[in-house]
Amino acid sequence: MTVQPHIRISQAGKVFSSGDREVVALEDINLSIASGEFICLLGPSGCGKSTLLNAVAGFSLPTTGEILVDGNPVQSPGPDRGMVFQEYALFPWMTVEKNIAFGLEIQKQPKAQIKEKVDALLKMLNLQDFRDRYPKDLSGGMRQRVAIARVLALDSPIMLMDDPFGALDSLTRRNLQDELLRIWMEFKKTIIFVTHSIEESIYLADRIVVMTYRPGTIKKDVSVTMPHPRDPSSAEFNDLKKELSLLVMEEQSRHHQEEIKTPAAD
Amino acid sequence: MKNSFREKIVGNLQGFLVPIAVLAVWQWLSSHAIVNPQILPTPTAVLAKWWEYLMPMEAYNAAKSGYLAWIFSGELIRDAYSSLYRVVVGFLVGASMALPLGLMMGANDRIYQLFNPLIQVLRPIPPIAFIPLSILWFGLGNPPAIFLIVIGAFFPILMNTIAGVRHVDSIYIRAARSLGASQTMMFLRVILPAATPYILTGARIGVGTAFIVVIVAEMIAVNNGLGYRILEAREFFWSDKIIAGMFSIGLLGLAIDTGMNRLNNYLLKWHRGIESK
Repeated sequence: MTVQPHIRISQAGKVFSSGDREVVALEDINLSIASGEFICLLGPSGCGKSTLLNAVAGFSLPTTGEILVDGNPVQSPGPDRGMVFQEYALFPWMTVEKNIAFGLEIQKQPKAQIKEKVDALLKMLNLQDFRDRYPKDLSGGMRQRVAIARVLALDSPIMLMDDPFGALDSLTRRNLQDELLRIWMEFKKTIIFVTHSIEESIYLADRIVVMTYRPGTIKKDVSVTMPHPRDPSSAEFNDLKKELSLLVMEEQSRHHQEEIKTPAAD
Repeated sequence: MKNSFREKIVGNLQGFLVPIAVLAVWQWLSSHAIVNPQILPTPTAVLAKWWEYLMPMEAYNAAKSGYLAWIFSGELIRDAYSSLYRVVVGFLVGASMALPLGLMMGANDRIYQLFNPLIQVLRPIPPIAFIPLSILWFGLGNPPAIFLIVIGAFFPILMNTIAGVRHVDSIYIRAARSLGASQTMMFLRVILPAATPYILTGARIGVGTAFIVVIVAEMIAVNNGLGYRILEAREFFWSDKIIAGMFSIGLLGLAIDTGMNRLNNYLLKWHRGIESK
């Protein structure tokens, strides 16, 4: 009777070793994500949330356990899991249009079809006027729109987002959050979204997975049931914010202690 | 608007101040025989010689050649053409060897380890040190000169291409992999353009080296070209022609560098560092 989850992470662990030092980045991560779910991975820096995302993306596979997407183990990066990076990662030598089209050109789709898709995406993300511009001429918010459009072009069912709005000012950030929610609802994407902003996670996610600091484990898996659009000034929002703050701050102070003990470590 | 225009004019005039002063002192020194005009001819004499060097040697004769051919039959034009020809051919040959090798060495560690030791040994040898060998191997004329220019252009392009490929930001590689790029796509559409700023820097240094080498090579291995001409002028004690030749070399170098700069700006119009200049 149970529906097979879209993404299943079972007993995933990741150990980084540099020289004689070993860092357990992830330990015994178990997570099932249903199709169309919006998951936020929340935690202080160093808690392994990006490591987990990179494992799902296929950039850096777990050392133990496995990650299944639609029942198939993840072995390498692929266009079925579109990735949006905090640093945008747009190709600076391509115009906005070319950046969005690149994934489709890789798939050797017909030119007319590519143009049609790119046109629609440019329109959807309000980028029409920037079609022929290079990324260097765009603001951070605009660049991230292009990066999102580039992933949307692939029609991938899963979007992986590594703190994509972390470098943006708060107004632009809210703006893009709303657009992301709109896109998520319209296209029924499954989204895994890494952030260290508690408010951002509550504003966006169906489920917030709070992670512990080294080793990275799941501290708490919180469902958010408030309907969209969510009001950050509501009592419910703030209660949840308080609850999550306590959880995250515990981990943050462990992070801080660790840093004092070993100032040389990154 | 008007103000900035005026500032621009004044700025440009300022740029002429020092050269004019230098020319004036030079003119004064040599016309008052404070220095021997045989050693340092007056600027006007140099200019006159330069004009003579530039202009056709024979009077125009419609029966012998077309007007355009006649206009370009001056010694300077032919010398500049010879030198430029050697630079271009040598540079193109050097670049067409350095670029593929550099791309392969940058992209593949095995190939890098295979070739790097030899390159590290050969690279510090100045191209000029290849002169005896090049004459021994290729005799006199264009071949040894072009060989030297090839060597001069090869190493800067090679080293910069390797560095360019190796320094491609891993975020672009990751983004392209997640978009599903094949090896070929990755190389042609990501690594190659990402390495272009380095490659063009290498090309610019390579052209510069080629231009130095061509002058030296012409002094030794051939009997035309700008380098040959100024050495020849020394034998006749034509100091005015030596200096006129030197200025011509400088102008040609400036033209080549400006051309490379234009190409650079065109190819890198996406690049952050280059805005309007």
